[in-house]
Amino acid sequence: MGSKAGAQMTGAEMVIRALLDQGVDTIFGYPGGAVLPIYDALFQQNELQHILVRHEQGATHSAEGYARSTGKVGVVLVTSGPGATNAVTGMVDALMDSIPLVVITGQVPTHLIGSDAFQECDTVGITRAATKHNYLVKSVEELPRILHEAFYVARSGRPGPVLVDIPKDIQFAAGAYTGPEDVEHRTYKPRVEGDEAKIREAIELMANAKRPVFYTGGGVINSGTKASEALRELVRLTGFPITSTLMGLGAYPHSDKQWLGMLGMHGTWEANHTMHDCDVMICLGARFDDRVTGRVDAFSPGSKKIHVDIDPSSINKIVRADVPIIGDVGNVILEMTRIWKAEKKKADKDALAKWWQQIDRWRARKSLNYSNSKTVIKPQYAVQRLYELTKGPNTYITTEVGQHQMWAAQYYGFEEPNRWMTSGGLGTMGYGLPAALGVQVAHPDALVCCIAGEASVLMNMQEMSTAAQHRLPVKIFIMNNEYMGMVRQWQQLLHGSRYSQSYSEALPDFVKLAEAYGCYGIRCEDPADLDAKIKEMIEVDAPVLFDCRVEKMENCFPMIPSGKAHNEMILGDAAAAEDIGSVITEEGKMLV
Amino acid sequence: MLAKNEPVSRHVLSVLVDNEPGVLGRVVGLFSGRGYNIESLTVSETEHDKHVSRITIVTSGTPAIIDQIEAQLGRLVPVHTVVDLTNSGPSVERELALIKVAGAGDARAEALRLADAFRARVMDATTESFVFELTGKPDKLDQFISLMLPLGLVEVSRTGVAAISRGPKGM
Repeated sequence: MGSKAGAQMTGAEMVIRALLDQGVDTIFGYPGGAVLPIYDALFQQNELQHILVRHEQGATHSAEGYARSTGKVGVVLVTSGPGATNAVTGMVDALMDSIPLVVITGQVPTHLIGSDAFQECDTVGITRAATKHNYLVKSVEELPRILHEAFYVARSGRPGPVLVDIPKDIQFAAGAYTGPEDVEHRTYKPRVEGDEAKIREAIELMANAKRPVFYTGGGVINSGTKASEALRELVRLTGFPITSTLMGLGAYPHSDKQWLGMLGMHGTWEANHTMHDCDVMICLGARFDDRVTGRVDAFSPGSKKIHVDIDPSSINKIVRADVPIIGDVGNVILEMTRIWKAEKKKADKDALAKWWQQIDRWRARKSLNYSNSKTVIKPQYAVQRLYELTKGPNTYITTEVGQHQMWAAQYYGFEEPNRWMTSGGLGTMGYGLPAALGVQVAHPDALVCCIAGEASVLMNMQEMSTAAQHRLPVKIFIMNNEYMGMVRQWQQLLHGSRYSQSYSEALPDFVKLAEAYGCYGIRCEDPADLDAKIKEMIEVDAPVLFDCRVEKMENCFPMIPSGKAHNEMILGDAAAAEDIGSVITEEGKMLV
Repeated sequence: MLAKNEPVSRHVLSVLVDNEPGVLGRVVGLFSGRGYNIESLTVSETEHDKHVSRITIVTSGTPAIIDQIEAQLGRLVPVHTVVDLTNSGPSVERELALIKVAGAGDARAEALRLADAFRARVMDATTESFVFELTGKPDKLDQFISLMLPLGLVEVSRTGVAAISRGPKGM
C-alpha cells in the first residue's frame, strides 16, 4: 500500500491503512459476507497480521489479552449479524475492565439496512450499552475520521471498547483517505491532570495519617508502566501498607514487605482488616466494586477517603470521597510524590510503627493457609507449584472465572504490571483461553499460562484450534474438580448443599481432546508427580492442555460472606461449611 | 458510604450534545440502564452550523443520584456540557400543551372561559370541540388539564419542559 493522506482508495483499503497508521500490527477476526472486501484488502498486503479465531467471542477476548499485556489497543474484525452479536460478550467484558478495543464489524449494504436482510442486525443499537462508544458509518468520506476517532476514544480517558460498523457498499466505495494527525475530537477531551489543590489536600491527610493504606486498582495498570513505577516510589517513600483489587495485581510487587495481598471477598485477612480499621484510605484507580467493599454501610467506617480516578462518574458512585481527584492516576501519583518530597513531608513514624504491629498480628493469622494432602492435589498447592516453576518477568498469566481464578490471585505472585489478565468486572467464563492466545501473539517468546477451571475453559475450547493453527504454545492449566466450583461453593454455603446443575457429568478426556486439536495433553492426579509434569508442560513447544485433577470439594477461603463487612470475614479453618450458611443473613443471600 | 436517606427532589438538566445519529438513544439508554427516572425529555437541534442539539431532561433523585446522573451523562462521548439548572441559580422553564376538549352547552362555554383565564389560545374550533394551546410551567398545565377533565377533555399532547438559566450567561 504505502499510500498516505489524500490518496484515493476504497473503504476496505482505508480500514487497513488506518489500522497501520494507528500502529496496529495484529488483528483478531473471523470473515463473513459483510466484511469480505476488508478481508480482500487484508489478503493483498503483508504488514498486518490476522489471527483467525474459531468464534467471535474468542476474537474479542484475544484482543483483550493482547491489549492488557501490551498497553496497546486490541483490534477485532468480524462480520455482521451473528459475527457482531457473538462479539458482544467480549465488548462488555472490555467495558467493565476498561480495556481499549476497536471492534470493526461489517454491516449489510446501506440500502438494505432496516430490511431484515440476511445476517443483518442493529449492531450499533445492540452494542450501545456494550461499548464506550460506537459508530455506524454512513459514507466513505467520514470513514477515515471515524476509524481514527475510534482509536482515540478507545485509548483516552478511561479506556474501553469502541465499535465501528461499516456497511458493505462503503467498503467498496472509493474516497480520499485522511491520516490520524487530522483528527481532533469535538467533544471527548478527558481530564488527565489532577487538581493541584486537591492533591495538596490529599498529601496533608497522608502526612497526618495514623493508620493509612493504599488501595489500588486496574487504573494503575491502564495508566502505563510509568504509573506502576511511580506507585512503587510513593509507597516506599511513605512507608504505608498497600493492597490492591483483582485488576490491579502486579502494579506493586508481591514480594515487597509493604504488600498486604489482594483485598475483597477472597482477599487476605490483613488486607481487609487494614482497610476496615484505617484512618486514611488512598484509593488509586479503583472503583469500590461490591467484591471489594462487602457491606457498603460498614465499609471502612472510620477513614477519610482520597479517591483518584480518571472517570468522574466513578467518584462518589458507591462510597463518598472526602478528597476526590479527577485525573490520570499515573500523573496524580507523580504529582503526589513531587509535592511530598518538595514539602519534605514525613509520615507519622510512631503511629505508623504501631499500625504495622497491628498489621503484623493480622498477618500472623496466615489467612491463606490450607491443609495440604499427600494423596490428592489441593488446588492451592497446584497454583503454588505452578508459581514456583513458572515465575519470572517473561511469564504471563490469564485465568478463566471461578474458584481457580481466586486461587490464582491469592497464590500466584506478580512482580510486574501487565502480566495478569483476568475477567474482573463481568466475570466471563471462557475469557482465559482466548486471552492467553492474544498475550502469546503479543509476546511470542514469553511463557503464557492460563489458569483455568474445567467448566470455564470449555466455553471457548474451540480456540485450541486457533492455538494450533498459529503455533501459539499457550499452557492451559486446568484445575479439574468436575464441578463449577464457585457455583458449588455457593450452593454449599447458601443453598443447603443442593448442587443444582453444578456437576459436569460428561467431561471430555482433556488429554485426548488436546491431541484431537493437534496439541499436547498432560494429566496429573498425584501431588508427587505435579512438579515433573508442570516442567514437562513448560518444556513442550506446543499448546498444552494440562488436566490437573484436584480436590473436588475444596472451598475458596478466606471469604467475606455476602452482606458482611471486611472485619466479618471467615477463614478456612473456621469454616466448617454448615456454619457459614447460618452466618449469611437472608438479605445477604439476595446479593450475588 | 453514600447517604441513603437524603430527600428526593426534582431537577432540570440541560445537556448539549453533538447532533449525531443515536445520541438520544445513548441518553435514554443511560437512564433506563441505570434505573434513573425521566419525567420529561425534550430535544432539538439548537445550533445547526455546529451540529449541536440541546436536550432538556426533568428527573428526580437524591443529591447523590443527581450528581451521578450528571457524571454519567458527561461520560457519553458525544456530550459537550451538562448543567443542572436546578442547582445552578435561577432559571425559567416552559412547557407547551395542546388540549382537545369536546362538548356542548354550558360545559363548552365554561371551557372557553377557563381557557381565557389561563391565557390559553384557541388553535382549532368546531361546533362541538376546541383545541387549546397553553404554555407555562408544568404545574400550570397540570392544573388547566385537570379543570378540563369534567368539561369534556379528549386528549392532551405535551412537549415536555424547555428550560434556560436567567441572566446574561450561557451554558
